[in-house]
Amino acid sequence: MSTALLQADGIGRRFGGFTALEGISVSFAAGELTSIIGPNGAGKSTFFNILSGTLSPSSGTLRFKGRELNGLPQHRFVHQGISRSYQITNIFPDLSVHENVRVAAQAMRVSYDIWRRRADLVELSQRADAALTAVGLIGKRGEQAKFLAHGQQRALEIAIALVSEPELLLLDEPTAGMGPEETKEMVALLERLAERRTVLLVEHKMKMVLGLSQRVLVLHHGRLLADGRPEDIRSNPDVRRVYLGQSEGYG
Amino acid sequence: MAVESTGEASSLSQSRRLFAVLSDHRVLVSLVALALLPWLLPSKALAVNVLIYGVVVMGYNLLFGYTGLLSFGHAAFFGTGAYLTGIAIGRWGLPWFAAVPLAIAAGTALAVLIGAISTRTRGIYFSMVTLALAQLVYYVALQASSFTGGENGLRGFTVDRIDLLGLQINFLDPVNKYYVLMAFAALALWVQSRILNSPFGAVIEAIRENEQRARACGYDVERCKLIVFMLSGAISAIGGCMSALHLSIVPLDSLHYQTSGMIVMMVLLGGARSFFGPFIGAATFLILEDVVSLWTPHWQIVVGAIFVVFVLFLPKGIWGTLLDVLPFARERR
Repeated sequence: MSTALLQADGIGRRFGGFTALEGISVSFAAGELTSIIGPNGAGKSTFFNILSGTLSPSSGTLRFKGRELNGLPQHRFVHQGISRSYQITNIFPDLSVHENVRVAAQAMRVSYDIWRRRADLVELSQRADAALTAVGLIGKRGEQAKFLAHGQQRALEIAIALVSEPELLLLDEPTAGMGPEETKEMVALLERLAERRTVLLVEHKMKMVLGLSQRVLVLHHGRLLADGRPEDIRSNPDVRRVYLGQSEGYG
Repeated sequence: MAVESTGEASSLSQSRRLFAVLSDHRVLVSLVALALLPWLLPSKALAVNVLIYGVVVMGYNLLFGYTGLLSFGHAAFFGTGAYLTGIAIGRWGLPWFAAVPLAIAAGTALAVLIGAISTRTRGIYFSMVTLALAQLVYYVALQASSFTGGENGLRGFTVDRIDLLGLQINFLDPVNKYYVLMAFAALALWVQSRILNSPFGAVIEAIRENEQRARACGYDVERCKLIVFMLSGAISAIGGCMSALHLSIVPLDSLHYQTSGMIVMMVLLGGARSFFGPFIGAATFLILEDVVSLWTPHWQIVVGAIFVVFVLFLPKGIWGTLLDVLPFARERR
């Protein structure tokens, strides 16, 4: 395994008396597509929120490229190179598709300039178009985001996350609520994205995860149950026990 | 329509182009409209009030319409602009051109203070904190009567002449007064337009649309809210200065929450999130007040009922709805 891009050491998180996560130590190598799976309530989302800065851990440390991230406010994470999408579609509904991505690109450059014309920031607009092309939405650039189909909104969200050129892309259930056709397209998109950057995925659809990932982490009751290549996970007795009685299609 | 003749289509695309040109020069177009206002309305006094409240509401629209923050305390900035103009001229003997920047600075400083406290909260809590802090300012003005004139309002600072570049303008003449005050409105319109066209203008709209996403994109949402609160207060304070110069008194009511409520009503009547909507809203409200109060002292009941109808059926206000309905104006604002 090459050098770790993201390193989590003993990450734990409590909500009042409830322990959502405990002692998660794991490191992610650059260039890998890793998936996190687990039954509902396993702590996947909590872990994901900690990795993206939305929540801070109650214990443990998080390092990105050797730099400690603990205590960093959420809006600084993307400036470090960590960008995320959300489980529930999270876009700017009333803005145009293009503006959704352009304003995300702008965050890396200017926030507080109240005097220049934003139309003059041509390069940001071009980068937004490039990201829209990457997710196959360039034909919809002038439309209001809220009028896109569900699958297209998910793709738009990925474009928003992508335009900051993150080294680590965190995707929270990118195929949630999608039909088989849309899921297929999304999987193809994820494969293309993973060719060039490190991707971390939270997913429910077991079959898809096992086919797509190079590495799979299984969380259960807030602890790391298994960690390995998809074929190891498939045959892991602990994982089989947790998922017993559940179909392989939807875990 | 299934079939559209090419003639109609080309005339539509022509009006679309014309509209695009007009909205690219929205400051100029707005100023032309405002210049005509005194000759369209029944009285000059009404036109001046539309101008003044239009500016106040425009500043408020930056916060409410464009950023999505419902403040119930904007009278504080309007009133502070007015009081400081009056105090600087009447008590400190400053000329108007020194008093006005001072008053705008004071309104801005107060906005930073109230903004720093209120933008830490969200939703209804934000509205309540702005309301409470603005009422605090009201009671300070009420108590500090030796300074502010208390309940009687601030008096004794009449500006009757404006000297400009060797030109002596009789400020008591209502037409002169209107056009001098329009220069302040021009400044406010220009600043507002620059802000809306700027990169920061894009950030505030992103925050309105989805605060969580804006934060995940890398924006410091709290700081952006504070900045827009400050800018909004500053523009509303310009309206306060205009009001003081116009009336030569500052009524205590300028700071009252009823004034804040009126500002909210005006922006909703005219159309939040539209550039010229605030002036339409101010005009609508003030005309309604004028007309309805002729036949009943309980004009607020009627205006309130009309307001409810607007909120229910025309949530985008008069101007916002018009821009949605006109085929050539769609997708532009």
